Amino acid sequence: MTIQFNDETFRDDYTFRNSDWAINRFPFPFHEDSYMYAVNMEQHRGGPEGSVYEKRFDVDEHYVAEMRDRAMVLADDPLRCQSLPHMTLAGWDLLELIMVSKSEDYPDLFELHREGDQWRWVNKPLGIDDSFTFMDETTLPYGPMEYITRQTQGDFCVLDQREDNLWMDAGIVTTQADWSLDFDIGMNFFEWHAPVPLAHEKGIFVRALKFLLNIQQGAPARRLNWTMTVNPLLDTSPENYHKWGVQKTTLTPENIGQKQHLRVELQTFFRLPRSNALVFPIRCYLCSFQDLMTKPKWGRRLHRVIRDLPEELATYKGFIDNRPMMLDYLSQFDDGLPTSPGVFPDVETEPPLQK
Amino acid sequence: MSKFEFPRSIKSRPVYGTLEARPGKHHLMIADAEGAEAIMAIATPELMANTHIIYIPRGTDYADKLRALNPAQFYEGPSYAASVTRIQRVLQDAHMGLQIYLTGTEGLMGQAQNEAMQAGYPFSAIQTEHRGSVARRMQCVHCKGITEDVEIDPFVCSHCGLNLFVRDHYSRRLAAYQGVCIDAEDPGNVPPSKGIYE
Ligand code: HEM
Repeated sequence: MTIQFNDETFRDDYTFRNSDWAINRFPFPFHEDSYMYAVNMEQHRGGPEGSVYEKRFDVDEHYVAEMRDRAMVLADDPLRCQSLPHMTLAGWDLLELIMVSKSEDYPDLFELHREGDQWRWVNKPLGIDDSFTFMDETTLPYGPMEYITRQTQGDFCVLDQREDNLWMDAGIVTTQADWSLDFDIGMNFFEWHAPVPLAHEKGIFVRALKFLLNIQQGAPARRLNWTMTVNPLLDTSPENYHKWGVQKTTLTPENIGQKQHLRVELQTFFRLPRSNALVFPIRCYLCSFQDLMTKPKWGRRLHRVIRDLPEELATYKGFIDNRPMMLDYLSQFDDGLPTSPGVFPDVETEPPLQK
Repeated sequence: MSKFEFPRSIKSRPVYGTLEARPGKHHLMIADAEGAEAIMAIATPELMANTHIIYIPRGTDYADKLRALNPAQFYEGPSYAASVTRIQRVLQDAHMGLQIYLTGTEGLMGQAQNEAMQAGYPFSAIQTEHRGSVARRMQCVHCKGITEDVEIDPFVCSHCGLNLFVRDHYSRRLAAYQGVCIDAEDPGNVPPSKGIYE
């Protein structure tokens, strides 16, 4: 299908909206009625047609507006994009991976023409047509990682692999769930995960790291993570928390359906060929409570998950104060009926709300 | 002075040990304030004959006692900032078998460790022992300014003036803990400050 790109904002007047298409394909993260941290990883080898899992780098109706928002964040704070000196090769690897994937997966939107090291990249939605020399930084307006990720939805961490660990040595981070690239850059897998509650004790990070160290080129993996955001604000950074934090207190029983968003990250993992680095794209999808409630199964399940979520997780994810109001709202959409297994909404087979 | 037991914490927070004299032809000891005591605890004439001490007294009077140990080289600096280029210089042409000993405040150990690692010394060649003040070197996540010697939580960022709470999340690259605005969700509602470990 051809995508109609929305003209919308993720700040100030918040004109962000999901079309029915976007709601139907929203990556609802709960496959059962409860949630706890786990080593929830699977191969990233496509998925149902039209789903966010189908392509290597999903492009949707928010693409153009998200790239505009990223440019604004970077203009205000260039430290959101950093690369330690030894990571330039990995940047070229990433540029190649994205250009090849997007031109193959979306030939009507992106074109890549290569003759030896002379490359031409055409990005139709953003109106870009650039020719450059592969591996020659002076022929691009930014470093290779920054150049291509200014044109790709989602944050990116590029991890150097050494000493049986992963090191966050480069990244571009403008749509994050409240963590700072500038602070975490140079840390290893256990250090940057230090603030996460419960998961260290459960051995999750030890097992997850083992899995990641063994990811091979051409065999990417993926997982979902989620949190909550008031207003469709992409840049929930600690850097700007003193500005956006107060928005959490603007929820009321009347506006919560529209203002409260479930924020889901589709996280993927790709091995890069020349540098042997691992790239970790973190793609953020937002959906308002009221849009989620159009799927009876999601309404029932979200209520149960949020109600039963351990206090440590609700605190860490930053919505402990708003949880009672969320539950008042969500309980209206839970009639106690059982839910089908799996994340998909199953609208054909799940009964409508019985109250 | 007795040593402070830091409470168990998250994985990014550094842990410190107890200095021991290790075999080696060259030894570099960098210390501030009460860190002098940790050096005196391991000093022997043989060790001191191959030791370079860089010491920042910070208002204490240990310098003469260290000098009396007769180290091969002794430098007394007025502040870490004033000493750092000298530290870099010494690390630059030191031999790879160099043993490095850091002791005193967390801010001193963190910054000196960073210099040593940037100069290519492995983590395993660097020993640390905390002595003296438990104050922290803090980075404001908002304005990125560093405030040295923070003893209370919350505290006021010395650069942008926001009220920050003291996290345990620590960056070795910055040699600093992270400070985050405490009253973002309720501007003006700042609880009274307490000592960090109270
Ligand atoms: C190498 C790729 C990865 C990177 C760069 C990464 C990065 C991060 C970061 C920066 C945070 C925020 C920590 C904070 O509070 O400051 C986080 C949270 C977390 N990460 Fe990872 N991570 C990676 C892989 C994984 C994997 C494979 C797992 C598998 C279990 C995982 C599980 C988690 C969990 C459970 C949280 C807490 C999230 C929440 O409750 O919202 N991460 N990660």
